[in-house]
Amino acid sequence: MVKVVLWGSLRSATGGLTDVEVDAANTGELLKALVEKYPELESIIEEGVSVAIDGLIYKEAWFTPIKPDSEVVLMPYMKGG
Amino acid sequence: MVNEYVESKSDASDVTESKRDFKIVGTRPLRPDGIDKVTGRAMFGADMSAPGMLHGATLRSPHPHARILSIDVSKALALDGVKAVVTSKDFVKQDNSGNQDTLDNLMARDKVLYHGHAVAAVAAVNVDVANSAAKLIKVEYEILPHETDVDAAMLPGAPVLHEGRKFSSVPEGSSPNVSSYWEFGHGDVDEGFAKADIIVERSFKTAATHQGYIEPHACLATMGADGRGELWVCTQGHFMVRELAAAFNGIDASQLRVTASEIGGGFGGKTTVYLEPVAVALARKSGRPVKMVMTRDEVFRATGPTVSSSTDVKIGMTKDGRITAGQAKLRYQGGAYPNITAMLGAMTAFAAYDLDAVQTLAWNVLTNRPKQAAYRAPGAPMAIYTVESVIDEMCQKLDLDPLEVRLLNAARKGTKSSYGPTFDEIGLVATLEAAKAHPHYAAPLGPNQGRGVSCGFWFNFAGNTSVSIAVSPDGTVAVTEGNPDIGGSRASISMMAAEELGIPYDKVRTIVADTNSIGFNDVTDGSRVTFSVGLATIKAARAAIKNMCGRAAMVWGIDPDAVEWKDGAAVPTGHNAGNFPPMTLAEIARDAGKTGGPIAGHFEANADGAGVSFGVHLVDIEVDPETGFTKVLRYTVFQDAGKAIHPAYVEGQMQGGAVQGIGWALNEEYIYGDDGILQNAGFLDYRIPVASDLPMIDAVILEIPNPGHPYGVRGVGETGIVPPLAAVANGVSHAAGVRMAELPMSPPRILAAIDGAKG
Repeated sequence: MVKVVLWGSLRSATGGLTDVEVDAANTGELLKALVEKYPELESIIEEGVSVAIDGLIYKEAWFTPIKPDSEVVLMPYMKGG
Repeated sequence: MVNEYVESKSDASDVTESKRDFKIVGTRPLRPDGIDKVTGRAMFGADMSAPGMLHGATLRSPHPHARILSIDVSKALALDGVKAVVTSKDFVKQDNSGNQDTLDNLMARDKVLYHGHAVAAVAAVNVDVANSAAKLIKVEYEILPHETDVDAAMLPGAPVLHEGRKFSSVPEGSSPNVSSYWEFGHGDVDEGFAKADIIVERSFKTAATHQGYIEPHACLATMGADGRGELWVCTQGHFMVRELAAAFNGIDASQLRVTASEIGGGFGGKTTVYLEPVAVALARKSGRPVKMVMTRDEVFRATGPTVSSSTDVKIGMTKDGRITAGQAKLRYQGGAYPNITAMLGAMTAFAAYDLDAVQTLAWNVLTNRPKQAAYRAPGAPMAIYTVESVIDEMCQKLDLDPLEVRLLNAARKGTKSSYGPTFDEIGLVATLEAAKAHPHYAAPLGPNQGRGVSCGFWFNFAGNTSVSIAVSPDGTVAVTEGNPDIGGSRASISMMAAEELGIPYDKVRTIVADTNSIGFNDVTDGSRVTFSVGLATIKAARAAIKNMCGRAAMVWGIDPDAVEWKDGAAVPTGHNAGNFPPMTLAEIARDAGKTGGPIAGHFEANADGAGVSFGVHLVDIEVDPETGFTKVLRYTVFQDAGKAIHPAYVEGQMQGGAVQGIGWALNEEYIYGDDGILQNAGFLDYRIPVASDLPMIDAVILEIPNPGHPYGVRGVGETGIVPPLAAVANGVSHAAGVRMAELPMSPPRILAAIDGAKG
């Protein structure tokens, strides 16, 4: 199981939780598992998200490996100027 | 200057490559685009022409908010010299809501949502005829009430721009104008505030500011009867232009070849489309090339400024300067369509600090203003301005040194950031220490003078990138990339290619290719290019090197693994490799046809590993208490570049960011009348700083290597605009003896504050 930290305003989609656990070995599996467990996250994930793994931010990458003890943070999709 | 501090004290010992003995990286060769630009040979957006070319003009809304009841183009089409007219009906409806917003913004569909919103466009034989024809288009409007203020637009009863556009996270009961709501942080802020010896809570406002690029938007489109088109455009991302212009016109992206011109500034403002899909539509309809060039008035009224903001900040601190909790409530308006800038503000507000308890809440609010566009570190300057202002006030109240307090609370490796992830190697502490040790910090101040300090932060991004390297038979090298050069990237990319290949810098030329000549590339934004394109260039060069080592091995009749690349040549390595003299790149290139054909290397990836960047700014300001006039006396920027590939360009980015931030702090603002019309749509009334307003901005580059890049590079393009707002505000507050809470701090506002303090 991987522990995933969500940003605060997502708690309305997870029954009040911002720390959740899912089975996933990479980022694609992670996003899929989150939607399966919390269907209200689907539209948010489809709008675009990033995943930070051990401090590094990955945008739109499905096959980035996740270790069971990795720090995983779901983040909004971001862009700069 | 490059600060020596980090070279001796950085603890990034695991980053071995970034400590290698660079020969080219870190030097300051002449800029490759310099001669073209100073001689006028450089081709910008409006410089291109084509035989039979028409000129486009846009009809824009005279109302800030109105329903379009009908559009009659018959009189315009009847005017002699008019070849085509387009309205929203000529474009393809989009499935993606973000793309539909972009399309609706460049050509209003059912409603006009701000003064200057495009309603129709004309192509005619010259600009005068096109403008005359635009005036002949008859639009019937139902005028609706409007709102341009962020706080007022959130109130019950405010005019509603769109129904049903809010994100799922927006709390029930919010105004329909609240399109998104975000929340970040960790820990219990109530517990944190309970531990504080002092709590300061303040409210701030910042005005919308424009990116202020010198070159207005411009393009030239052709679209043949065979469905194949060409587009020449001034943009930060010609692949993005291709995707959107093709989608909006219902054509295949590969049939529209887009070439990026030289660019006269972008700063984030050219990361979207305005004219380009319209020019393609007019070209297709008329069967002739169509050039469109915005006036400065159009740039101000219809292209993205950044957001304006209204923010409440609360910070708790112990008597010795430790922050116990931080909270910010940010309300941003970014015009008539949803955006993510408030979210970025909420993520960055407290990013410089190592906090046990932090909470940021953000609302994006729709108003009757132009659709905001990115502007250097979008969302961060105004958020960090509020936090850094309150911290400065607390230092003042507690009689603590502002740099010492920042050092005490600074984020460092292992800090859980306020937006979630834990930081790896970061340079904030080194940057603060460099500022503290700099002579500027100890220099004496005169009467009516004050010194301001602020930290700044930006994420930096990476993304989709393609690079190709071709070794020519004469031993020179062509690098092909696909990101418009807005800050010296062609020089930096050539330097990294030369460094890796072991050849002189002047043997490499880097070009930005059109969309049909290189793989896809994300927009030049997010301070990503020197990082991402540089990384791809290094890997493409390594692919070419592997190829060349293989050729040498073939010639020598040894195993390819027994060949290594050293100082621009293949050399045998190991006991059994033989005693062959080095075979240079030029020698291998010369005989390439005999050893297997042309030599090239390429690399394509969705890059990751961009390292965050911190900066610290010091500014000395003098305030005239009689007039409120401010003068910036001295300004020093300290910023972590990871590794400065071309230090002069890095300094330029730091200086440019500081200058734009100074303008934001002191003078720049979108001023709206009660009629919802922008009152200062020109550089005479929208005052950006010019060289004579400012001292030389001193730049001190720190180099704390980014573990995610082979040379340690971090993006540097955006962080520099983040600290100036608070640094200048803090300086003004100390100089004038009053604390300001609204930007810009124009002379009338400062004078009013001084007079108000006198009672």
